[in-house]
Amino acid sequence: METLLEPLQYAFFQKGLFVASLSGALLGFIGVFIVLRGMSYIGHGLSHSIFGGFAAAQLFASSFYILGAGIWGIASALAITAVTKRSRLGADAAIGVITTASFALGVALFAKFGTSGPSFENALFGSILGISSEQIIGLIAVTILTAAFVFLRYRALLFSTFDPDVAAVSGVNVSRIEALLMIVLSLSILATLTVIGVTLVAAMLVIPAVIARMLTDSFSRMLTYSTIIGTFCGLVGMYISYYAGVPSGTMIVLVGAALFLIVLAITGTRGLRRSAGLDSHTDASALAPITR
Amino acid sequence: MTGTGIGPELITLENVVAGYTHHPVLTDVNFHVHEDQFTGIVGPSGAGKTTLLRLLLGTLKPMSGTISASKDLRLAYVPQLETVSWNFPITVEECVLMSRKSANQLPWASKSEKINVGNVLERLSIGELAKRHIRELSGGQQQRMFLARALLRQPQVMLLDEPTSGVDVATRHDVLHLLADLHEEGIAIVLTTHDLNGIAAHLPHLVCVNQRIVASGTPEEVMNPDVLEQTFGARMEVLEHLGMRIVIDEAPSSDPMRNAG
Repeated sequence: METLLEPLQYAFFQKGLFVASLSGALLGFIGVFIVLRGMSYIGHGLSHSIFGGFAAAQLFASSFYILGAGIWGIASALAITAVTKRSRLGADAAIGVITTASFALGVALFAKFGTSGPSFENALFGSILGISSEQIIGLIAVTILTAAFVFLRYRALLFSTFDPDVAAVSGVNVSRIEALLMIVLSLSILATLTVIGVTLVAAMLVIPAVIARMLTDSFSRMLTYSTIIGTFCGLVGMYISYYAGVPSGTMIVLVGAALFLIVLAITGTRGLRRSAGLDSHTDASALAPITR
Repeated sequence: MTGTGIGPELITLENVVAGYTHHPVLTDVNFHVHEDQFTGIVGPSGAGKTTLLRLLLGTLKPMSGTISASKDLRLAYVPQLETVSWNFPITVEECVLMSRKSANQLPWASKSEKINVGNVLERLSIGELAKRHIRELSGGQQQRMFLARALLRQPQVMLLDEPTSGVDVATRHDVLHLLADLHEEGIAIVLTTHDLNGIAAHLPHLVCVNQRIVASGTPEEVMNPDVLEQTFGARMEVLEHLGMRIVIDEAPSSDPMRNAG
């Protein structure tokens, strides 16, 4: 009990714990759509891309670097979507070119001009020390926005994730939903960047959602489980980070990875089959008789 | 069974050229979907069957020509079973509910929407499977689930992409009878198939496609060696058995399988 209460006497830890838990919840929540749409690589690329914007925006307007990085991230996300759809370049190649170039630019700008915001290391691996009140407000706002988007566009999001062709015929504006999802994803990455870090944010988009998928076959339950798992990783990761003296992002991701292994051990091949998509309808035909 | 298309027109394609990245897959297409239509689009792989379906659905814009549809047309689409992600975490009920009214975007369905889904599932004899994961269904049950999702939209036209691909003979008969029932109830049906004997020969109206519309008419009119050769690029024999057309491959004399042993 002492272990749990002792760090809470520090205001920076209380703030960090809140932000880490909320970041975990947000990434776990939106990560469900990223994993089910097979967009994990986009999350990875986008976080690197936003890092470029992060560095560049500080050069031109240090007090508005979050805004600059956000615009950069959204522009990258929409560029990836457009390039993937309209050219012969595959999605992985498009992401590879756009996001790594952006990341390289960020590293170069950091090296040359330094930073007036979070340090290079903090931006890469996350830290609770550099969190400002504005960033906390930003994170809360993005979480509310994301929840509202999913809540108000639930059917369209679910339909276009499962079956975009039929969704389009059934009155869902699939392109608009995809663009909005990319914007929300960019904002979520940006809002959690300081806590989790550029290099690790993609892991938190994927790990809670994969664990949740191993535990359930229901979409709504997967959303709930993934959010809870993300929150748990943020919470426990912060405590371990405090005691171990390592960046918060690394511990949050490691807690997620450990949880993944535990759930894998418990669910066994069933969990693996759910998460890996090994089942097909032809295999399943033997499971249930035709009922007519 | 009627189905050759004499009722009012619902969708019209005139002089349409369509394809992908500037390469036409279909040229000079004139095609009409009528209220009482039950048509099979037949052709080999790569002939443009799915492209034609996408034009009718409105998800592919033509390179030239015009497509018109009647006002407030209610369309429903049933995809190929092979293209579906069966590991997606969703139950049968959740899948069918996706197709509920566009205005209701919220995570939960209204009571009346749930009743509607229950009725449609019961009608298709899969009511007891509502809470099952979609992976746990047989091929026939999966096809019924997608028909239920389509029916929830109360469609005037139902378009199906290879509805019997990858299913066994009993399921194929099952699906065909189900579609015939829906057609009797007033739904226009257009489906693609490459199964000449199992599906095409049983339909009232066929359109043979290979980069263009080769022929259109009843099976008796279009299932003949000349039309089939133009459509499939291979000579076939057509036999008649109990009033039905049966197509068999005409193996070349140099067929190594025939000459072996």
